[in-house]
Formats: sequence, structure tokens, C-alpha cells
Amino acid sequence: MQFTTPAGRNPIDQLKVVGKPVTRVDGPLKVTGNARYAYERHEVVPNQAYGWILGATIAKGRIIQIDTAAAEAEPGVLKVLTTLDRDPVPPGFRATVHLFGGAEIQHYHQAIALVVAESFEQARAAAHLIAVEYETAHGRFDLAAEASGAKPIADRDSPDSPIVDRVGDFDAAFAEAPVTLDESYATPDQSHAMMEPHATIAAWADGTLTVWTSAQMIGWHREDLAHMLGLDKEDIRVESPFIGGGFGSKLLLRVDALLAALGSKATGRPVKVALQRPLIINNGTRRAGTMQRIRLGATRDGRLTAISHHSLNGNLPGGFAEAAVAPTRLLYGTPNRDLALKLAILDLPEGNDMRAPGEASGLMALEIAMDEMAEKLGLDPVEFRIRNDTQVDPAKPERPFSERHLIECLRTGAERFGWSRRNPSPGAVRDGKWLVGLGMAAAYRGNLVTPSKARIRLERDGRLTVETDMTDIGTGSYTILAQTAAEMMGCPLGSVKLALGDSAYPASSGSGGQWGANNSTAGLYAACVKLREAVAARLGFNAEDAAFADGMVTSGNRSVPLAEAAKDGPLTGEDGIEYGDLDKRYAQGTFAAHFVEVGVDSFTREVRVRRMLAVCDAGRVLNPITARSQVIGGMTMGVGAALMEGLAVDRRFGYFVNNDLGGYEVPVHADIPHQEVIFLDYPDDKSSPMKAKGIGELGLCGVGAAVANAVYNATGIRVRDYPVTVDKHLAEAPQRA
Amino acid sequence: MSESPKLSASSGLASASIAEAPAPTSPHPSSRSSIPHSSVSLRVNGTRYALTLDTRTSLLDALREHLHLTGTKKGCDHGHCGACTVLVNGTRINACLSLAAMHDADEILTIEGLGTPDDLHPMQAAFLRHDAFQCGYCTPGQICSAVAILDEIERGVPSHATGDLTARMEASHSELRERMSGNICRCGAYSNIQAAIAEIVGGAA
Ligand code: FES
Ligand code: FES
Repeated sequence: MQFTTPAGRNPIDQLKVVGKPVTRVDGPLKVTGNARYAYERHEVVPNQAYGWILGATIAKGRIIQIDTAAAEAEPGVLKVLTTLDRDPVPPGFRATVHLFGGAEIQHYHQAIALVVAESFEQARAAAHLIAVEYETAHGRFDLAAEASGAKPIADRDSPDSPIVDRVGDFDAAFAEAPVTLDESYATPDQSHAMMEPHATIAAWADGTLTVWTSAQMIGWHREDLAHMLGLDKEDIRVESPFIGGGFGSKLLLRVDALLAALGSKATGRPVKVALQRPLIINNGTRRAGTMQRIRLGATRDGRLTAISHHSLNGNLPGGFAEAAVAPTRLLYGTPNRDLALKLAILDLPEGNDMRAPGEASGLMALEIAMDEMAEKLGLDPVEFRIRNDTQVDPAKPERPFSERHLIECLRTGAERFGWSRRNPSPGAVRDGKWLVGLGMAAAYRGNLVTPSKARIRLERDGRLTVETDMTDIGTGSYTILAQTAAEMMGCPLGSVKLALGDSAYPASSGSGGQWGANNSTAGLYAACVKLREAVAARLGFNAEDAAFADGMVTSGNRSVPLAEAAKDGPLTGEDGIEYGDLDKRYAQGTFAAHFVEVGVDSFTREVRVRRMLAVCDAGRVLNPITARSQVIGGMTMGVGAALMEGLAVDRRFGYFVNNDLGGYEVPVHADIPHQEVIFLDYPDDKSSPMKAKGIGELGLCGVGAAVANAVYNATGIRVRDYPVTVDKHLAEAPQRA
Repeated sequence: MSESPKLSASSGLASASIAEAPAPTSPHPSSRSSIPHSSVSLRVNGTRYALTLDTRTSLLDALREHLHLTGTKKGCDHGHCGACTVLVNGTRINACLSLAAMHDADEILTIEGLGTPDDLHPMQAAFLRHDAFQCGYCTPGQICSAVAILDEIERGVPSHATGDLTARMEASHSELRERMSGNICRCGAYSNIQAAIAEIVGGAA
């Protein structure tokens, strides 16, 4: 189905099932421990052997030799593969490093060997007996030190934007502006820290490979495996029905799948491999830390006339930039702007996508800058943002937003949160020993449209089977796809069976960039339209005017049970959604306003988040339960970004020291208060026939700054270097006390 | 090629047609000769299992890899995340930090012993109602902890958040949050998990 003109009224608009607060259809499996994740698939193939990956203990250099004799002599060891046995595999899609092969080490904990043994304990013990001799090379590990050599770089996800993105005349407007701000901000390297480690079981049969893995994008993983192993992708099957969190870490093929496949090939046994937790952070990818500079110029009545946003990050040679300036393109209307990204070379683990890449880091800086500017102007921060709203792409005024209700998000949030009670003078509100502050931020994240296919079958018994390689990474795909099928076919939710996450099924959008929900359901919508046509044809109805409701197909005064259509055999509808240029003609985005109340201990400066509210404008909400969960998950990650998350770089040896869940601190129960989420209901007919948009990353965007702004309001101390930890606060606190 | 799991969305209850886990495996024969093994008898969810295990086998791996009770999760294998929480003789522990050989004759309760998709334990049902999870990977550990902390509070076992050690302990928000803080949820379902537990507390009160 080509989606080239705005959606008219369609069966989804009935909202009998879609849009309803349905609990997760996969929920009973998950709460009982019956959802099987990659490493747990004992049932799929017998005689599985265990792999253990060894990571390099230098950040840059070469391996001179690897002595595996002692490891191979260990009981139970079947095989030791080393990186010296083979040429480097080519880097995967969107990736920079090669995952395995060759003597060159590009980053710490790069995989250099795999031990395959009968048991996990044997493989692990044997790996410690491998002796590796390295030749260490000089590496670059300090972003600030490498800043002077940084080069301008394009935003890979905004290919139409020039490398230095200028609109109007920033320099002149900034020079003329009566009120200006010029500040620098820093965000640290962050880790996805998903709870399920990367894991794969691989097995070969007759030259074909099956991997049971943990993948956000079935298609990307399959193509990368084919590319790296020199296979035809038709000879690879990828299954990933349950994924224990991704946040971008499982978008791209990782070394667990590659080495499980190689280990299985070498031993003739199915092999299962999980990345041990202390390897994940340095072996995997990170959200690259940034150094950002923001300049704002405004009139005295609070209209932004000039905005400049520059961001620097480090990555391996050939790596990508963290597109922190991305939100600044579309969040505020400003006639003069100047946006640029720079990349320095760092020999640290690869910087790549993590939840809301670009926007999350960029808004952490931009939305503090907006808070600072509001204060300079003597304007309320909510009002300042309202004054600078835009209904068109500021760079292309002829390109309107499809739907944009940021002002309503801001006003609704202010009202519901009791924003009017905020004291604009920082450090002025006390509650016992606590200094209390309120903060807010606006949020923007793009809505990405991308093709997605599905198949739906009406079985003889009237039940429906949906097949698509779409994944559910906790987002609720199972549930919203079931709702979509039930709505389209006029069936109860209970009659829909779902089969997801398998490359044997039609290729979907997959899960990433908050594009999964809208695109995968739109793909299924297209397949359902095909099935409705087939049903109508079989029953002798005109598909145009047949209504599907309550298990019946009705046209005029004739009504037939849906199951009737399949009594002679199942009927199948298979199709996908493809998009025209509506996302070019209209800017499609999602918007939110975040409000946060914190208490800061007046003695220790410990920050406690007391209340949080998000008001979101993200098109039609397909399921308010799962959508809320996406948003609170983002809000929680935003608290982490604001207050605790950061990878500590060892600048001598070039690795992240806090490489596990004990050292890399993420929020826990005690850090998170009750969270409130409000959805505005503005279906977007330019987005897809579902009129939905993404939501999973919007929940994170802006949250960090809202927390930081609340801390400032509580204490009067502005920390511009995330995370806002006690030490940074105390460094300034004494003279203010 | 094996069947992939199928979910059926019947009346909001999904069921899996995943094959039943095979009977417990014996240790791998090739390794028996030179690696110390020990015999251990575990009672898991009411069933007794006699195992001969490599002494290095953690309780977590005994459950997941030998008994194929994969409901208990491995998030870190280091005692950092709580995904492996099970109850041993009524007390919750991180199964990754304990060797199976230390649990001879112990009574172990895992998520599989609490309830089934068709017969949920009240805490499991509350988690489902409140959408107290997303990816589901931390969930069995969260639920086992949630069940255990209510018992801890009932028994008056103090926590960091407990104020008066002599007063009757309340299942306050701060008690619940503090006690659950060893169970990380990167999906960030905390607000909903607290709502689920609070509902059970409220219902029990
Ligand atoms: S797996 Fe045991 S605490 Fe993480
Ligand atoms: S539900 Fe995913 S980690 Fe908790």
C-alpha cells in the first residue's frame, strides 16, 4: 500500500479496540517466566555447547600472538577460536569497528577469542588460561584534548542538512540581540545497560544457519550476518521473539551472534554465547559524550532571533557524530541559526545509537540554555517557550508541521503540575532540610516513517494469525498489532494469534528510533486491507462497502460470519506500507513538556526527585497502557542521565572503568517517584493510516534538562556538566550557602 | 526448523506453544573425570531434583542450564541487578551469587513456582494489570522480590528506610522502594511496579 496522501476516515477510526487500555497480550508469559529469551531456548536444538568470549585488554595496538594450548587442554573444551585465525569481518551496517578477525585492536574489550566447551563453567575457566601478547599503540582517549583536531561532520540521519547548517545571518543577529546567552554544556558517555545481555544460540544445518538471538532489527541482523559470513541471506534465519531491552544496543549485529555462528561452524555443535556483563560496555557501543556550545539571542520581550548550537563528540576513525543539534532544527522558530557537528578521533569503544540519538543529548543542553535565557529575560520558562513556538519548519517556512501542539503540552502541564506555585527566585523554597525546586523542559523527537510488511491469515476456525518479523523490545508490539488486527477484521482481541520476530515472516520496520509502533501497525493495516478484500470477494461482497464488526461481515442488509469466508481454506492478506513524500512536505514530529520537582538536601546536596509529569503530543495513542510505560521508562532514563549516568574514561589505558551495573549507575526504585503522563489526542493523518506517531524516545527527550533546571531552581547552582552529581554541586555550594 | 513461540491473544491471556523443557540434564560426561563435582539435592517449586554438578555451578545456572527453569534471569551474574532473585527457604537471594552446591536440601521457590499464565499469583496479576514491566527481563526477579519484601515487612525485618525499629512496620512507599532497590529495571517500570505492589498491600490490609 502506498501512503501518499493524508489518511481519510478508515476502520481504525472506530477505536473499538485500538486506543483502548488493553493489558499486554504477552504479559502472562512475562510475569510467569515463560517468555523465553535468546539464551534460554533449550528447546530449539539439542546438544548445545557453551561459548565464552575473551576481550582485548588493550585499547589500541596489535596482537603478536595468542597461546591457546592451556585452554585447549582444559576438560570439556571443544575449540578455541582466535581473532588471528581469520581476516577481519567487514563492519556491519551503520557500524564502524569490525567485530572479529585480524591482529588489529581498535578498542578495549574487542573480542579476540571464543572458547567453546561442554559447559559454561568450563568455557569460562578455560578462557582465563589464554595468554595474549600485545603490541600497544598510542591511543587518543580524552575528548577535550582532541577537540582542537576535530573536523566538521554531517549528520548521518539528516542527509539533506548541510554540514554547517545556516539559516539567515546568525552572526549579525546575535551581535544585534539585546539579550544574549553564550554557554557550554557537557554530556558524558552513556551505556544502554539493557537488562538482557546480548545473547545468541547458533546452529547450522546443510549450509544454512539459524540464530536465536536478541535483535531489535531482524532484517539488519540477517543481512549483516550474511555479509560477514559470506552467505546468502536466504540461508540465514534469525529468530528473536522476546528481547530483554535494547535501547539501541541491539539495533546492529553484535559479536555474540557472529561468534556463536563461527563457534558452531567450527565444532559442528549448536553453540550458545552471551556477552558477560563486564564485557558489554567496552565491547559494545555507547552514546557518545558531547561538548556543546549554545548561543541564543533574543529581543527583550523574549523572541529568539538567533540560535547557534555546536556539538563535538569523539568516535573511532570513520565513526559517526552524535547529532546533538538535531532538535534545534525544529523545536523553536528562529530566523537566524547556525548548527554544526564536529567529530574528534577517539580510540574508545564505538559511539553509536542509543535511545533518541541526537535529541536526548542535544536537549539536555538546549533546554538548560532556554531556562537560563528565560531567567535573563525575566520571563517564565513556560511562557518563553510558548513565545518561540513555530508551526512551520524554521528553515523552510513553506513546510508546515503535520500536527504540533507543543503549546498545549506546555499549558496543560503547567496547569496540572501547579507550575504557578514555582518561586522564580532560585534557592528560596524550603521544606525542612530540603531545598525544593521546580523545573521544566520542552521536548521534540522526529517521527520517522519507514516501510513495513505483514501477513494476516484468516484460519478455518475464524481465528486470525499475524506474521511479521517485527520485534517487541518491551514496547508493546504484540499488543498493538493484536489490537490493529482485531479492529480491522472486526474480531475480538482473543482471536488474534501473533508470530513475531522471525525472518521467515514479512520484513517489518523493526524496533528503533521510535518508529516501530506506527510503521509496523501501518504495515499490518495494509495486510488487513488485502485480507478484507479477499474475504469480501469470497463472500461475494463489494470490499468497498463491507463492514467488519463483531465477527460478522455486513453489506447492505446481508450479514455473514467472518469465519464463513475461510470454511474452504484459510485466506491470506499480505502487504506492506510504503510512504510517499508526506514527511518531506510536512515536518512530522512528536512533542512533550516535562515537569519535575526535586528536593536537594541542604547539607549534602543529595538530589531526590519528588514529582514528575510528562504531557505528550504524539499522534494517536494506540494503547494508553503500553504508551504510558514507554514514556515513564524514558522519564526514568532521563533521571539517570541528569543525576547519575556516566561512563568514566580511563585516559591512560583507554577504556570505561565502570563497566558493569555496579559501577554504571542507573536509577533504581528508590530514585523514582510516582510518574504522571498525559497524552493529548491529536491523530496525525499525514503519518500513516494509523494516524499514530512514535512515543518511546519522546519520553526521554528533555527530561534530563527538566531535572537539572529543577535542581537550579532549588539551589541557585547551575551545573552544566552532566550528570549533576553531589561533587559538582558542592564545588560551588560553600560560597552560596 | 523448530517452531517459534506463538502467542495467542485469547481473552488477554497469551499462551506459548513452546515445547516443555526436557527433564533435568545430567552433567556433561566428558568433564566428570577431572573436574570436582558434587551431588546436590534441590527442592525447587515443590519438586525434588538430584543433580551432580560441577562445583563451580551457580544456583542460577543450575536452575537455568540444568533444570531449564529459565524464568529466573541472568542480567549480570555479579549480584548487581536482581534479575536472578529467587527465594531460598523463604528468604530472597541473588541466585548468581550462590553456588548450587551450597543449597543441598534447600527449598527453592522461583517465578515458575508462583503461578502459571492461566493461574497467576496475585502479585503476577497485579504486575500485569499495572503494566509493571516492559521487556519483561527483570520481571521475574521483581516479582519474587515483591513477594519476599511483603513477608520481610510482615516479620519486622528492618531496612535502611525503617525509622522506628520498635514500632510495627508499615509497608510505606519508602519501605517498598528501598527494599526493591536491588532489582534494576532499565525499562524504567518502577512507577508501575510500585503501584502493583501497593495494590497488593492495600488489598491485604
Ligand atoms: S544476575 Fe544475579 S544479580 Fe544480576
Ligand atoms: S521490564 Fe525491561 S528491565 Fe524491567
